[in-house]
Amino acid sequence: MSSGLYSTKEKNFSKELDLTRLKPYGDTMNDGKVQLSFTLPVADDERAIEAARQLGAKMGLSDVQVSHHEALDKNFSFFVVYGNLTHTVDITSIKVATIDSTIMDMHGVDEFIKENIGRKLVVVGASTGTDAHTVGIDAIMNMKGYAGHYGLERYQMIEAYNLGSQVTNEDFVKKAVELKADVLLVSQTVTQKDVHVTNMVELVELLEAANLRNKVVLVAGGPRITNDLAKELGYDAGFGPGKYAEHVASFFVDEFVKRKMK
Amino acid sequence: MKSKLNLNFAIVDKARQYAREIAADTQKFIEKHTSVTIERTVARLLGIDGVDAQGVPLPNILVDNIRSNNGLSLGLSAYIGNAMIQTGKTPQQIAEAVASGELDITRLKMADMFEIRARIEEIARQTVERIRSNRRQREEYLGRYGDKKGPYLYVIVATGNIYEDIIQARAAANQGADIIAVIRTTGQSLLDFVPFGATTEGFGGTFATQENFRLMRAALDEVSEKQGRYIRLCNYCSGLCMPEIAAMGALERLDVMLNDALYGILFRDINMQRTLVDQYFSRIINGFAGVIINTGEDNYLTTADAVEEAHTVLASQFINEQFALISGIPEEQMGLGHAFEINPDLKNGFVYELAQAQMAREIFPKAPLKYMPPTKFKTGNIFRGHVQDALFNMVTVLTNQKLHLLGMLTEAIHTPLMSDRALSIENARYIFNTMADLGDELEFKKDGIITTRANQVLNEACNMLENIRRDGLFKTLEQGKFAGVKRPFTGGKGLDGVVEKQSGYFNPFVDMMLKGGNK
Repeated sequence: MSSGLYSTKEKNFSKELDLTRLKPYGDTMNDGKVQLSFTLPVADDERAIEAARQLGAKMGLSDVQVSHHEALDKNFSFFVVYGNLTHTVDITSIKVATIDSTIMDMHGVDEFIKENIGRKLVVVGASTGTDAHTVGIDAIMNMKGYAGHYGLERYQMIEAYNLGSQVTNEDFVKKAVELKADVLLVSQTVTQKDVHVTNMVELVELLEAANLRNKVVLVAGGPRITNDLAKELGYDAGFGPGKYAEHVASFFVDEFVKRKMK
Repeated sequence: MKSKLNLNFAIVDKARQYAREIAADTQKFIEKHTSVTIERTVARLLGIDGVDAQGVPLPNILVDNIRSNNGLSLGLSAYIGNAMIQTGKTPQQIAEAVASGELDITRLKMADMFEIRARIEEIARQTVERIRSNRRQREEYLGRYGDKKGPYLYVIVATGNIYEDIIQARAAANQGADIIAVIRTTGQSLLDFVPFGATTEGFGGTFATQENFRLMRAALDEVSEKQGRYIRLCNYCSGLCMPEIAAMGALERLDVMLNDALYGILFRDINMQRTLVDQYFSRIINGFAGVIINTGEDNYLTTADAVEEAHTVLASQFINEQFALISGIPEEQMGLGHAFEINPDLKNGFVYELAQAQMAREIFPKAPLKYMPPTKFKTGNIFRGHVQDALFNMVTVLTNQKLHLLGMLTEAIHTPLMSDRALSIENARYIFNTMADLGDELEFKKDGIITTRANQVLNEACNMLENIRRDGLFKTLEQGKFAGVKRPFTGGKGLDGVVEKQSGYFNPFVDMMLKGGNK
């Protein structure tokens, strides 16, 4: 980090923010500062340090500094590296699918349902496949909610069924039919080797086979879920970290009405 | 030990007495029943191992053979002992003959029960001896190298591939880890069989198999000898195969096992009758093998609120303690669990954590308490995560927790990378060293936040136990008093594997192991 404040090196880059050539910001506009850390499967020695530096350069960093290195084992070494990114992106040309429903609070959602739907919405959620973690679905559905955001069970106009974890897609669909679900919430918390993708696709296929896909609003959530990924897999929306029950509810009530579902 | 919390030990005694009565009441039900996995465990302990051409474990084939002929209520031992007499084969040869369809052990003429028992007990004694010698070997290692004072640094590996796990485990041990846990693949707890052989594919973890246990134990012994300190190995004795995994662990010298009386019911929706029946035999094996069990109260706090539901953790610890005692597990092998899971935004959250941890320490003075790191409020902000873990480390060193599962700064992102583990170990070692004796210097203010909180939680736990004693444990679970999860008596997975014993039933290992194998 010594190259920042006390560097005498001339900084001959523009200090103006240019959204077509966006770069990371350290302490000066366009300095491109990034920090990264990684492990190399070799002994911690001078050659390894140089290898780490060269890897940084190949990632597009200039002024690469290996600020810390240590052995993790005989043949593994850990590096903390700083550098200035030479790459830029044009943020003005980026288009992402954002969920554009306005966010209502719990009462807002209840009122919206009363006015526009006129009956309780049935929401069925589960952590499906082999995933044993319920923290995601619980945060959205349980009465108590998460971090002060009440879960769907507390919503007057929502009949919420949390099926818990390790629910097979077949059971999930069966239960959805039995409960006459309007909205299905699928949580995928821990996943390895992208098993969540296969599992999520399987559910869509089952719903389509049962001729149900158009009769429900289908929403996915989890730390590795993005709205883009969810849509690509055939879901109506996807919610990543930092989203609470009201975000999810605002989306599905809006979608329900937009699609003229009854 | 002087109480720093001014705890009312009359209430502690009362709570413990309620828990004792709850366990004793449930035990009456437990002792009338056996289960498919208990009988498969007996098969394993009689030396039966391996799979058939379709990959079905021989213990499953045997138990299915007996069960489909309605014989399980007599127990597998009777049929194997009888088949040994009638055919002159060893248990393994009998299992192979049943697998190939040559033999149906339920159709043989029954020999005299006295003779059958004698045959079985002869074999059982050999297995019991093997487990005893594993236990001695652990004691020998600990005698040679000494055991660690202070918290054990406990880390997990979870690559899915046992050979990759070994690389990670060696590195972690070289960095200072004291306990290596191999996380199981998701879904294993719901398998009603134990996979066979070395495995290289798993999701979020690695299959628990006897061969994987053996491979990892051998690798850790090598590191232990190189480093001159004993590295403990941990796995998961939960799910539908609790006693089988306990048996495999006892045979391969595992040192620590997750082994809760209620966890499977609450968090895996395994039927309550099945879990309670299974936990008994699994704990008998763990007790005899010298394995430290870990209980799962920490999990309550991932679904229920850590402040509001703190008393359910304590109540469950009392119940787990009593079930463990019935199974012959001494207090020194009871890693009663709890966790650092209070919302970081709560004012004085750390102070409440400290109160809970100190309270558990004083109520269970001999137990090597298992303390779990923050997970629920980890966000993916690794920098904040590292601070959360540092606070957690402080509670451990201030209150003498023992099995200290290290928090990972990358919790909520991925299973730990090698460097994540190294950073965690560095964090814990720094704090444990720089604050080594701070706990001894501290006393808590009379009627302050900490002492008031501890006594409040104790009182609530005692009231809860009084209610459970009145309603019975089964009904309490049906009402959703633990972790906010309701489970019906006949719901969940695995109930069809529970069988009522008939007269003449016997399992030679229960007595041998409960009596320390001296029979």
